[in-house]
Amino acid sequence: MKTAWEKVQIARKIDRPKSSDYINAIFNDFIELHGDRNYGDDKSIIAGIAYLDEIPVTIIGEQKGKNAKENITRNFGMPEPEGYRKALRLMKQAEKFNRPIITFIDTPGAFPGIGAEERGQGEAIARNIMEMSNLKVPIICVVIGEGSSGGALAIGVGDKIVMLENAIYSILSPEGFASILYKDASKSKIAASEMKITANDLKKLELIDEIIKEPKEGITQKFEEITSELKKYIKTNIKDLQKLDTEMLLVKRYEKFRKIY
Amino acid sequence: MVIDKVKKLNEIETKPHKNTKASDMLVGKWVKCDKCKEIIYKEELHNNYSVCPNCGKHFRLSSRRRIKQIADEGTFKEIAGDIITKDPLKFEGYLKKVDILKEKTKLDEAVKCGTCEIEGQKAVIAVMDGNFLMGSMGSAVGERITIAIETAIQQKLPLVIFSVSGGARMQEGIVSLMQMAKTSAAIAKLNEAGLLYISVLTDPTTGGVTASFASLGDIILAEPEALIGFAGPRVIEQTINQRLPKDFQKAEFLLEHGFIDKIVERKDMKHMISTLIKFHTPTPKSEVKK
Ligand SMILES: [Zn+2]
Repeated sequence: MKTAWEKVQIARKIDRPKSSDYINAIFNDFIELHGDRNYGDDKSIIAGIAYLDEIPVTIIGEQKGKNAKENITRNFGMPEPEGYRKALRLMKQAEKFNRPIITFIDTPGAFPGIGAEERGQGEAIARNIMEMSNLKVPIICVVIGEGSSGGALAIGVGDKIVMLENAIYSILSPEGFASILYKDASKSKIAASEMKITANDLKKLELIDEIIKEPKEGITQKFEEITSELKKYIKTNIKDLQKLDTEMLLVKRYEKFRKIY
Repeated sequence: MVIDKVKKLNEIETKPHKNTKASDMLVGKWVKCDKCKEIIYKEELHNNYSVCPNCGKHFRLSSRRRIKQIADEGTFKEIAGDIITKDPLKFEGYLKKVDILKEKTKLDEAVKCGTCEIEGQKAVIAVMDGNFLMGSMGSAVGERITIAIETAIQQKLPLVIFSVSGGARMQEGIVSLMQMAKTSAAIAKLNEAGLLYISVLTDPTTGGVTASFASLGDIILAEPEALIGFAGPRVIEQTINQRLPKDFQKAEFLLEHGFIDKIVERKDMKHMISTLIKFHTPTPKSEVKK
C-alpha cells in the first residue's frame, strides 16, 4: 500500500501521462480549439472536439508539460482566468450542439499572479463552477494526476467524477497545508495523510464515483491498460447519462453536490 | 498575508484589553486606528458605523453589528442556526478549537443567515464573520449559505450576502472545497428563479469564497479599501518573486478592473441595498405614475 505522500510524488511525476496523452489514446480525430474570445489562449488548458468511437464529444484538459521546456509553455498546468474562460466557452458550445463533455484534471492550482488577479481569477473559477452545475449535457470529470484547489474544481463539476488510483484531489498542496496549519512546510508528509486526498479517501467520503486502477508495472509502462479501462468507463457512463432526460440529469447533478455537508 | 491582517483586526475588536495595565481600565474604551494612528473613543467609533471618524477607515464588523446596521430593528429571524460544524477529516484538535472559539466569540459558525426587512423590504441575508476561523468556509458555512439561497428561492425573496473570508476552511479539506460547488450551484438555481442576488464584499474576501458565491452576484458591492482577491498577496509575491502594486487587490483596484459594480461606504450601505431591492421589485399597477 502506498502512503498518501508517495501518491503525491507519483501524481506529480513529470513523465506521468498528461491530458494530451489520454486525449490521443481514448478519442479519435481530436481538433484543438483555441482562445477565450476575450483576452488570449491559455496553453495550460487544452480543449477541443473529438469522437469517442461514434459519439462526438467536447474535451477540456489541464495540461502540464512533459519536460522543463514544455512546462514553461504550459505554465506548469496552472491556468489563468482566460484558460477557464476558454473552457467555459467550449462547454457552452458543447451544450449548444448537445455534445457530452469530458474533463481531465491535472493542476497544482490556478495561477497566483498579478495578471490573473487583474483579470478576475476568482470570478473565472466561480462562473465555471456555477455554469457547470447547470449545463444540459452529461459531464464526466477525470482526475488524472494532481487535482489541487479551486483550480481543479473549476473544471470539476460533473455527473460522474472519477480518479485514477494514484491521483490526488485536495484543497491545496500538502506543503501549503503544512505551512498554514502546522506552521512547518516540512511536515508535508503528515499533512498529505491527514488531508485525505487519495482516491481511496475521496471514495470513502463519497465525493467521487469510481477509482480507475493503475497497472502494477506503472502507468507509463502499461498505458494502454488504463486508457482502455477509462474509455470503457467514460463510454458506458455517457450512454447511461444520455438516457436521462435533461431535467433528471440536472436534478441528479445538483443533488450530487447538494448533499455534501 | 490575509491571515495576519485578519488577526490584527481581530485584536482590535475582540481583544481591547491587550497590552493594557490594570491601572488604565479606560484604555479598553479606546482603540487605535490602523490607518491614521488616531486614538478613537470606542463608543464614537461604534456610533459611526465602526468607521474611523478621522480618516474613514472601515473597521471590521462582527456579524451581530452588521445585521444591526442592515436589518430593520427586530426583523431579523435566524435560519439554519441548527447547522453545526462537522469534522469530516477527523482532524486533530479541530472540534476542540471550534468549541473554544464558540465560547470566546459567542458565535456558532462563521456565517449567520436569516430573513429580515431592509427599509421595510423583505430579504434573505447571510452575513459572514471573520472572528470565527477567519470567516473560512467549511461544510457548515456552505450548508447555511445554501439553505439561505434555497430559502430565498422558496419564499421568492431577494438575497444579500456579506462576505468576509480567508477562503475555504483548511481543517475540513476537500469537503470545504466542495462547498464552493454546492453554494454556486444553488446560486444557479436562484438565477433561474429570476431572483436578485446582491453580493457585498468586505475586508478581506479571498480564496474559495471569492471563487464561488461572492463573485456571482447580479450586483457586486464592496466596502472602501476592502482586500478582495483569489490568491493571497503573500502567495502571489512568493510565486512571482516581485513586489505587488500598491493598491493591488483593493476594492478600488477591482472596480478599476471591472469586477465590482460599486464601492459603497458603510453609512450608505443599507439605503443602497434597499434601493436596489426596490428597483427589482415589480411595482403594483396602481402605483405606476400616469
Ligand atoms: Zn483612522
